[in-house]
Amino acid sequence: MLSLTLRELSLALREGSISPIELCRKCLNRIKKTQHLNAYITVTEELALKQAQEAETRLLQGAPKGPLDGIPFAVKDNFCTENIKTTCASRMLKDYIPPYNATVVQKLLDQGAVLMGKTNMDEFAMGSGSTDSAFGPVRNPWSYSASYREQTGVAPDSDWVVSGGSSGGSAAAVASLTSYLALGSDTGGSTRNPAALCGVVALKPTYGLLSRHGLIPLVNSMDVPGILTRTARDAAIVLDILQGQDMRDSTTVPAPSSPTELPEDFDVKNICIGIPKEYHAPGLSEETLAQWSRVADMFERAGARVEQVSLPHTQYSIVCYHVLCQAEVASNMARFDGLEYGHRSKVNTSTEAMYTTTRHEGFNDVVRGRILCGNYFLLKQNYQHYFVKAQKIRRLITDDFKHVFSSGVDVLLTPSTLTDAARYHDFIQEDNRTRSVQEDVFTQPVNMAGLPAVSVPTALSRLGLPIGLQLIGPALQDKKLLSVAQWIEQRVGFPSIRDFEDSSESRNEIGVTKREQTSAV
Amino acid sequence: MKKQILILHPKASCVIRRISTRSSRHYSQPQPRAKSAPEQLVGVVGLEIHAQIQSNTKLFSGSSVRFSAPPNSLVSFFDASLPGTLPVLNRRCVEAAVMTGLALNCTINRKSLFDRKHYFYADLPAGYQITQQRRPIAVDGMLTYSLLGGKKRNQVMRKNVHIKQIQLEQDSGKSLHDDLRSQTLIDLNRAGVGLMELVMEPDMSCGEEAAAAVRELQLILQALGTCQGNMSEGQLRVDANVSVHRPDEPLGIRTEVKNINSVRYLARAIDYEIRRQIDVLQRGGRVQNETRAYDSKTGETVPMRDKEGLQDYRFMPEPNLPPLIVYEDNTSLPTGSDACQAVVVQKIREGLPELPSVKRDRLVQTYGILPEHSFTLVNEDGLVEYFEAVLKATKREPRKVIGWVTNSLLGHLKQHDMSVSQSPVSPPALAELLELQETGHISSSVAKQVFQEMWRSSGKTASQIIHELDLGLVSDMAQLHSICQKVVDSNPDEVHAIRNGNKKVLNKLIGLVQKETKGRADTVLVRTILLEKTS
Repeated sequence: MLSLTLRELSLALREGSISPIELCRKCLNRIKKTQHLNAYITVTEELALKQAQEAETRLLQGAPKGPLDGIPFAVKDNFCTENIKTTCASRMLKDYIPPYNATVVQKLLDQGAVLMGKTNMDEFAMGSGSTDSAFGPVRNPWSYSASYREQTGVAPDSDWVVSGGSSGGSAAAVASLTSYLALGSDTGGSTRNPAALCGVVALKPTYGLLSRHGLIPLVNSMDVPGILTRTARDAAIVLDILQGQDMRDSTTVPAPSSPTELPEDFDVKNICIGIPKEYHAPGLSEETLAQWSRVADMFERAGARVEQVSLPHTQYSIVCYHVLCQAEVASNMARFDGLEYGHRSKVNTSTEAMYTTTRHEGFNDVVRGRILCGNYFLLKQNYQHYFVKAQKIRRLITDDFKHVFSSGVDVLLTPSTLTDAARYHDFIQEDNRTRSVQEDVFTQPVNMAGLPAVSVPTALSRLGLPIGLQLIGPALQDKKLLSVAQWIEQRVGFPSIRDFEDSSESRNEIGVTKREQTSAV
Repeated sequence: MKKQILILHPKASCVIRRISTRSSRHYSQPQPRAKSAPEQLVGVVGLEIHAQIQSNTKLFSGSSVRFSAPPNSLVSFFDASLPGTLPVLNRRCVEAAVMTGLALNCTINRKSLFDRKHYFYADLPAGYQITQQRRPIAVDGMLTYSLLGGKKRNQVMRKNVHIKQIQLEQDSGKSLHDDLRSQTLIDLNRAGVGLMELVMEPDMSCGEEAAAAVRELQLILQALGTCQGNMSEGQLRVDANVSVHRPDEPLGIRTEVKNINSVRYLARAIDYEIRRQIDVLQRGGRVQNETRAYDSKTGETVPMRDKEGLQDYRFMPEPNLPPLIVYEDNTSLPTGSDACQAVVVQKIREGLPELPSVKRDRLVQTYGILPEHSFTLVNEDGLVEYFEAVLKATKREPRKVIGWVTNSLLGHLKQHDMSVSQSPVSPPALAELLELQETGHISSSVAKQVFQEMWRSSGKTASQIIHELDLGLVSDMAQLHSICQKVVDSNPDEVHAIRNGNKKVLNKLIGLVQKETKGRADTVLVRTILLEKTS
């Protein structure tokens, strides 16, 4: 039951072959069993059961609210949820309870979807491993798959791989079958990266297609709510529900199309797949490269035109991304001063001293570092040299994509990440910034340009860990991208984690005791 | 967010921020000259004005705007800067700024931008203010104002001041410092209210000019309905940039004078500051570039602790608001857009009300009144309408009516601290009184008496009062003759003087007759009778 797709599940719920309450309980149990993953910061058990009960009543009456009625979902802990703690995985907001729901959360609730909990992440979404959380790192569910363990032969507790980030908790939740869909946020790859590493589908929608109202921002001009599901078709269902203009977010645009399911058979014969040569980046693993070639060949064999294209300014993207990111971070984090909400230091010798210690105690090193850099870039004497220059490069990067798409290319095919998931102990050898440079290399140009992109899992590596590829399309072509993603999905036969499940329950017990922080409403 | 937010009392609780420090001009220290220096030091004054936009809701949120509401009762999630909230621009505020820009002859930027200006302060919850630093909504305007000059202060002198720009921005909240308990209370009711920041170039030279310019601006804003303009309630906040120099030299180093809460104090503060700076220079000192506060009790300006003078505001584009686009006319609207949602300059231009200067010219031309009277009329809210309503109901010449309105009525209103709309004497009632005087039913002195009576007993008509108090002119010729005879008989010395050719003494006898009749006698008639009797 837990490994069904959204579409299958929705059908089963309507037919009455599955009860929402039973389903909810199963998911809650599974959350408990997989606690060692640390995917959730808050599990909303009581609320979930209540919502499931209501969904059951509706479904029994034959009056479901929508295709998601009764379906469990998880939300990254940087989306505001009314009366439910929203921490951004930071000490700063460790006890913060928002008085309102983010628009995307509200839309899912309005459909009758059942909220299982809030997922773990890098603090304030700053990271690419979900290792920099005030609640401890997220573990990649595939670390515990029989395939990985056979390959490595090491005890999983001493050798597990990262989930990717910053939406690692959401990706882990969907991959470990505790939720059928999850919301992530994507500023430089934060939804696609963990999706690729955890073997699930991620949609980073066109900027402005989904409302950011209630998403605690990282970089306002690049943030989008991301959708994590097990299939491209599921992502399309969720996109239909979430997209569209929101009066509360002035940067939103109307949805380009009315809700439609993805076509079962998408014809790739007449499309043109672009392979950007600049994405043959240093550090790209052989296996990922092999997957990239394999899928490109698949398209070619199916009659699609596959062309090498150039996005000449790609190499400058990551450094400009960091300048713009840090500048906005410095600005966005200014409100966390301990006055209105959030952590407040006990130091009270003066308002200034209180501000200083509150922010020192509340933010981790990564956040503080970015604030410092961002303020430096925004100083009067530096503004032109850093911020304005980065904006100009951003325009060039956007133009690169425009040129490619206007030259007849429909979709770009690239890797999502350089390699499969790194071991935690290897990952933390490098600092957050270095890791971001490596991890976001293929994903952040898309955010700079505001384009839609999908990460779709294509195979397991030799170690038994997922590898994903990325599709990038022109603005507002999200649905078409998902259709292409589905085409890939139908042909690569990526396995479900269930196929590799460890039947023994023993290691879960260890996971529970090892868990450092738990919080639940 | 209804609770009051308690924060610590900052050690530097008296620090008041600099709102802005912009200038493209070159400032230098005037050098004290030899005694033979031909030219005098003169003042140079520029103004930075924050006008609260008259609007039901705030600039970027749906919270109500109201003065003196209970603390933190008008605070939305956005106003309190709750994480995840986003600004949504209030069209009314944009229209108000466009309207104000048009009235001040500004160029309206078809595309303007919003920026974040960062500084940490307890009443600025987001840690930044959303403003228009790079590209404001209106630029390059001109305000024409007038001063009354000359020996009798009845010469109207027109002057111009350039308006550099008008920018939309958010107001901050208020910090209330409780020194006794060493804490600061924050009220966010004002946080996020829409402001228009107007920058007036240093085209003025003294307090009186600045005051006249601000007064004219106030009248314009009130006529437009874009700002209530009350300085004491903070709806209009004026900071003055003051410097002195010799007219042929570069501008001197300026100070910024704050904490001015009336037009009168503005003039005083500026004049004090000019004198102070001249004094400093003449004693061989240097003017410091600093922020000073005006103390209305002493009439002086004093340096403010201005720790943040060197602050770098780290301006950055506001990423959550797309560029603000206004359209010239309906034809320039993009296809498919909703004309009701768009801000259309042409539509606003057509809806502009009569501006004060136009109104004054019209009054002078239409009614033949003196220019200074037109100022008095326009300066008082509702007085023009009152004046015109009286004229409609009487045949009396406007030049005869104006004195009644600007002296008698306005005097009474001022004395009782009332507005024109509160006047107990309505325009038709005053018109009736003036008619009775015109047609010879009452004398002018009785008319004043009747007016006072009408003021006291609101609702009674002039004729009622005249009847009740028997104030009508004495029309019985026999009675009038007898009173005159009595006066002549009892003042033989005066009569003798008149007969000897001192006709001036006749006025004394007329006065005595009026005293006898309580002012009810027709003076012309009395003069004729007395002349007869003393000849």
